[in-house]
Amino acid sequence: MTHTPPSPLLSRKELDTLLGGAARAWLDEALAEAAHAAAHDDTTPAESYSVPPWELRYAAAGRHCGLEHADSVRALLLTEAHAGLPALTRLYEQGTAAERRAVLLTLSALDLGATALPLVEDALRTNDTTLVAAAVGPYAAAHLEPHNWRHAVLKCLFTGVPVEAVAELARRSRGDAELARMLGDFASERIAAGRPVPAGLHHVLALTAPGPAAPTVPTASTQES
Amino acid sequence: MRIFDPHIHMTSRTTDDYQAMYDAGVRALVEPSFWLGQPRTSPASFFDYFDALLGWEPFRAAQYGIAHHCTLALNPKEANDPRCTPVLDALPRYLVKDSVVAVGEIGYDSMTPAEDHALAAQLQLAAEHGLPALVHTPHRDKLAGLRRTIDVVRESGLAPERVLLDHLNETTVKDARDSGCWAGFSIYPDTKMDEDRMVAVLQLHGTEKVLVNSAADWGRSDPLKTRRVGDAMLAAGFTEDDVDQVLWRNPVAFYGQSGRLHLDTAAPEPLHEGNSILRGGE
Ligand SMILES: [Zn+2]
Repeated sequence: MTHTPPSPLLSRKELDTLLGGAARAWLDEALAEAAHAAAHDDTTPAESYSVPPWELRYAAAGRHCGLEHADSVRALLLTEAHAGLPALTRLYEQGTAAERRAVLLTLSALDLGATALPLVEDALRTNDTTLVAAAVGPYAAAHLEPHNWRHAVLKCLFTGVPVEAVAELARRSRGDAELARMLGDFASERIAAGRPVPAGLHHVLALTAPGPAAPTVPTASTQES
Repeated sequence: MRIFDPHIHMTSRTTDDYQAMYDAGVRALVEPSFWLGQPRTSPASFFDYFDALLGWEPFRAAQYGIAHHCTLALNPKEANDPRCTPVLDALPRYLVKDSVVAVGEIGYDSMTPAEDHALAAQLQLAAEHGLPALVHTPHRDKLAGLRRTIDVVRESGLAPERVLLDHLNETTVKDARDSGCWAGFSIYPDTKMDEDRMVAVLQLHGTEKVLVNSAADWGRSDPLKTRRVGDAMLAAGFTEDDVDQVLWRNPVAFYGQSGRLHLDTAAPEPLHEGNSILRGGE
């Protein structure tokens, strides 16, 4: 089983060229409901079973716009609704794996500071590689503290998530002696067990070398609109 | 032989089972929510279970090349426990999920008033969400239970062709088929229903609107019983097309009514249908 990193999120314009008429109409209505929610305070009580209309749209996105576009549509809904931490937490905790992934992929496009880290940390505790891959994006690069970030990188290598999924890998690895030690220990363990060392490990190990601050490659924006 | 197991509880099974099922031809399955053997004591326990059916279990299945969908409901047994009945209020937020292809398992266990209420309320939820319903028929007092089930279906807003009556046997198949509902048979390693009796039922009643499942769970059961039925059908003179109808096209047609069936996993040697049937009711 190969693990492909999540494909880039599409903008509204790009979606419009790909979606059929019924899907576009559905998306128009869904985004209007999300915009309506943005203009009103999120008053949904945490313990309530009732669901705001745009959150029902969030759940149904795949079957109206195609599973292959569900991430992009959900990301648009979250940004259009200016989803805050309570709504994001609700959508994540009550979501399918695909709905959780879309929350994770959109975090960096929302104005959250570091407050949504518990969602990233939850995803990193799972063994679902689609969630792990989505959790190590730009939001984690910006906010995850070093210990958890190193473990996230190691988990990618463990579970077969390509390290290319890790945002700002070069910047965060540079001069990280502790990460280098962890990678070295992991490689020794694999060699001792007669198992192959994951291909990405040496790549990351090379990035941990201390050096002059190389020009940071700007991270691809996850949200164009 | 491509196989769709329309009723199997994979949370109770190992990855060896997934591998053996794939090797036997299983490419798709539906996992109905049900009783865990150990009674639950709160709605939260159901929610974690529903989340697993919508998250972890499809991921596991995908590792073995099997498409996983689920049906969600408050099961008949726990419908009698007031600690669990608030699940009914929370179901709407789960029934909108992309991989939910029916409301189920619902139905009767001991035929109590609480079960009456849960069954009627959940048939109504199915109608409101554009979903079919998987209705379990009781293991005890089966024929009376089936007749009462059919009455409740008739009074509900759900058309019989959107209802699958499951765990049928020789004594209940006629009433079930006369009702216009789909007929499901669970094949067990013990006496409840076996593959040769299943073949006899198919010879008598035909292959239309009949589904066969393993209903494998944490009890004595066998996830390869679907394949055994296919082999027994061929041995008894049924054609490969008959087998494909019962083990693949019928479950695709029934759950495809949800519009939410996605069978991208390549099926081995589709016999007569192109890709369109794989996508179910789209
Ligand atoms: Zn069952």
